[in-house]
Parts: sequence; C-alpha cells; structure tokens
Amino acid sequence: MSAEKTLSKEHTNQQTSSSLRNHSHSSSQVQRRRGWNYLFHALFLLATLVGIIVLAFLLFDIVKRGWSWLTPDFFENFASRLPSRSGFKAAIWGSLWMIGVTAPLTFILGVSTAIYLEEYSKKNWLSRFIQLNISNLAGVPSIVYGILGLTLFVRILGLGSSVLAGSLTMTLLVLPIVIVASRESIASVPSILKQASYAMGASRWQTIRHVVLPYALPGVLTGTILALSRAIGETAPLIMVGAVTFVAFTPENLFSPFTVMPIQIYQWIGLPRIEFQQLAAAGIIVLLIVLLTMNAIAILLRNKFQR
Amino acid sequence: MEQPRNMLQKKQSWRNTVEAFIPKFLLICALLSVFTTVGIILTLLFETAGFFEKVPFLDYITGTTWTALFSGDQQKFGVLPLISGTLLVTVGAAVVAVPIGLGSAIYLSEYAPERVRQIIKPILEILAGIPTIVYGFFAITLVTPFLRSFIPQLNFFNALSASIVVGIMIIPMIASLSEDAMRSVPKNIREAAYGLGATKLEVVLKIVVPAALSGIVSSFVLALSRAIGETMIVTIAAGSNPTFTFDPTSTIQTMTGFMVQAAMGDITYESLSYKAIYAVGMTLFLFTFVMNMLAQYISRRFKEEY
Repeated sequence: MSAEKTLSKEHTNQQTSSSLRNHSHSSSQVQRRRGWNYLFHALFLLATLVGIIVLAFLLFDIVKRGWSWLTPDFFENFASRLPSRSGFKAAIWGSLWMIGVTAPLTFILGVSTAIYLEEYSKKNWLSRFIQLNISNLAGVPSIVYGILGLTLFVRILGLGSSVLAGSLTMTLLVLPIVIVASRESIASVPSILKQASYAMGASRWQTIRHVVLPYALPGVLTGTILALSRAIGETAPLIMVGAVTFVAFTPENLFSPFTVMPIQIYQWIGLPRIEFQQLAAAGIIVLLIVLLTMNAIAILLRNKFQR
Repeated sequence: MEQPRNMLQKKQSWRNTVEAFIPKFLLICALLSVFTTVGIILTLLFETAGFFEKVPFLDYITGTTWTALFSGDQQKFGVLPLISGTLLVTVGAAVVAVPIGLGSAIYLSEYAPERVRQIIKPILEILAGIPTIVYGFFAITLVTPFLRSFIPQLNFFNALSASIVVGIMIIPMIASLSEDAMRSVPKNIREAAYGLGATKLEVVLKIVVPAALSGIVSSFVLALSRAIGETMIVTIAAGSNPTFTFDPTSTIQTMTGFMVQAAMGDITYESLSYKAIYAVGMTLFLFTFVMNMLAQYISRRFKEEY
C-alpha cells in the first residue's frame, strides 16, 4: 500500500515539472484512478465479508432454534412421532459405527496408495493413469457413489442396507481426500533423511516405515480427519444405500440397519410441525460441534507439527 | 558360530520377503481407485442400457415430461425438466458465487493485510466444511421466508432460494482456488506495473487476473460442476416437481433431487422407475465428468508460464 502511494505521488510530481498546462488535468485523472481503487477495495472487502456474515447468521439462527432441545433426553431417546419424545440416540450411534469402520479403512487404503505413488511407482503410464483416476474421482458427485454402493455393496455383495455397506461406500467417497493429503505430506519429507537411512543400510521399506511415515504422519492424520469430517456430514450417498430414516434401535453389528446424524436431521426437516424443525436445529448443533472439534484438532495438528 | 549366521540368514530372507511383498500390496491399494472408476461406469452403464431397452433414447433426451414414479401409461421419461431444473439452480449459483468468490479471492490475495488474511482463511475453511444438509436447513428456514417477504408470489419450494444457497456453498471453493492461482503470479510482474505508476486496482485487473486467468476459470468450472452434483440443498429447498421452465420462482426438481426422491420411495429393483435412477445418474455423471475434464484442460492448456 505505502509503496503504491509514494509511487503515485512521484508520478504526479513528474507531471507537474514536465508540463504545467496539463497539471490540473493529469492530477484529476490520477485522483479518479485512485478513487476507483478505493471503491473496488471496499467492494472486494464486502464480498469477503458476505461469507462471514452468512456463517454468523446461520450459526446464530440454528443455536436460537435448537438450544432449548439439547436436553439429556435428546441424547437418550430414539425417533418418535411425538417431538417431545424424539431423540438423536440411534443417529449418534449409527454415525459412530460408520466412522469406526470407515476410519481404519480409509487410513490404510489412503496411506498405502500415497506411499505407492510417491515412493514406489515409476513414472510410467500406470502411475499417470492412477493419478488421473484419483483426480477425477474427487470430482464425482457424492450421490453417484451412492449408486455404486447401492449396486455393488447392497445388491451384488448382498450386504443389504447395513452399516457395512454404508461404511464401504463412504470409504470410497472420501479416499481421494486422504490420498491427496498423504501424498503432499510424504512428498515433503526431505530427501536427506531418506539418504541417511539408506546409508545406514536400511532397506526401502524400513526407510519408509521408520523415517518417511513418522515424518509425514501429522499431515496424513490431518488429511484423514478432514476426510472423516466430510464422511460424517454426508447425507445423499447413504440415502441411496438405503440407510433408514425411522430407527428405534442402535446398531448391534456390521450387518444391522442404521441411520446417521444427517439423515435423522433430514427426516426432521421434512416433517411439518415446528417442533421438528427445532429438533433438526438441535441435531445440527450436535453435528456441527462434532465437525468443528474435528477441524480444530486437524488445524492444531497441522500447526504443531508444521516444519 | 553356526547358529548366529543361520539366524542372520533367516532374518535376511524374511526381510527380502517383506521387501518383495510390500510394493505388491501397495499397488493393489492404489489400483482400488481405478476399480472404483470402473465400478461406477459399469454399474451406471449396465442398468442404463436396461432402461434404454424400454424407453427410446430420443424420447428421453427430448421429452419435456418427467413422471418416472407414476405407474402405467402416465409414466413419462422426458429428462429435459430435470436438466432445466439443474441448470436453473447452477446458473443461479454462478450468479451468486462467481462475483463474490472472485472478489474475496482478489481481496485475500492482493489487498488483505497478512493478519486479516489469517483470520478470514480459517473462516472460509469452516464455511467449506459445513455439511450440505445444514445449508438445506438454512435455505428453508431463513432464505426462503426472507425472499418471500419481498416476492409474495414465490412458491415455498423454489429454485431461487436453492440456487442462492448453493451459490453460498461454493463461494469458499472459488475463493480459495482462485486465490491460489493469483498468489502464484510472480511478484516482479506486479512490481513492474507499480513502477509504471499503476494503482492496485489496475495491477489486479490488468496484470494479476489475466495472468491467473486459467486457474480462475478452472475454479469456476470445478465449482459449477460441484453445484450440478449438489443434492441435499436442492432436495430440501427446490421441491420435487419436475417442470420444464426457466422461471426461478417456480417449484422444480433437479437430477439429484429425483434420485433422492426415488431412493426414499418404495420401488422394486426390477422396475423401470428403478432403472431411471441409473439413467439420470449416468446423465449427471457425464455432465460433471465433462466439466471436470474441461477444468483440467483449461488450467493446463492456458497456463501462463513464467
């Protein structure tokens, strides 16, 4: 900013000395150009504030609507036709089951793919093809993953609309996020560390296991947490897979029918009575607290271990 | 002396086995992404083929009535209402998100002091991480009533409210991708322009934006592809009444909205209504696939190298 100010001042001075006749004209032109700059500075700032204002409105409104419904009963009750007896228990347990299966699967598959692409693959057609695939998969709409899950897991593999079918669908959906984050993190490991390990006689896998992975772990974990927070908030693919909306039990095993937090919220939004809207808001508060906590952990991890 | 050497050999051979096994395991994991793509395309193709055995392709892409969940003679499979609904929402979202997203990107990359930037960036990340179901709730409880206080004839379920909220949802995506593109424009080009007496706005409009244009445009295309595939906001706020119209105040249905409605209902696996989900899914997949490819092409082909 200051550099620009002095520059435009110099500009004006130059013109003053060179031509007195044009002075008033040029100076007004400079003024106009600077006026435009100020105007657009304000407009760009305003555009940036839109997002913040919307976020504030959204959070305020949801807390206002849902706050009074956040009672112990809300966490103890199952779905019900009466708002006063409706609760979030089945949804919370369903989400926990789903994340419990999705988390280890995405972590193992995502990190393995990233290690392969960064450390083992040669620069040939196969690795380029795999990379192209991953970047395309990241752009496939989530509901299309739902169709894949419905066909492959629910019908062909005969898992039914179960916790397992939903979790496997979610794993495929969020895998690209983990892969991309893990690759970045693994690529950032300084090669001198690897060289030192090789020089001590370590093999390739030993180097990866004891040098590369520990160094890359914070980045990998950050990516995994962000991917899982995406999975917790997703609704559409699980609707396709057939997660049920009216559940009065918690899952017993991997093959139980289930519901998750966003689907329970969706069902409440669709019901006409105003109390159900407030219940939906209460559910959203719980969902957002979980997600914000996960995001905060991810950001802390990133900042703590950033080198 | 015999014993230790044996042990050493054993250890060595174990190590070799591991070294040989690990890359194979990793390759299988990496190939999973290829299988996922193949799986998506095959499942869509298989049932879509079954669909087009019963419904002529030409009727599908030119028909203006979509009543896939009706029965008997009233069942019509003209996809144009779903496509017009999807495009209506997407265009509306673009009108909201492109200027605001680009404006914030310019502010963050060129104008904002570092401290302000460090506060605003995480807020945009939070906005990007909010589940779409929450945006749907926001649309129907705040945005729609607000709009109806200005436009009394607005339907309760309408394309306008859905497209505004989808637009808000994709702002962070445009802002952060465009900002990345602008920040990668080298400093010395900017300084050359300042040296000639340009104002900040002139540097932005004549130097930074043109230089980063490929990245900026590809961020638009990616974000709109995201808007086309967006499901929950449109399902909740836009309604479920497939209408061939470009009037944003009307109740419509998008491709994704139909898929959710069909999946929530009771339809059997062999019925034509069920196969219609796949035909619509295939159409949606093609739309987003073409747009994602276009985004990659733009960012590669028109990249300015320095």
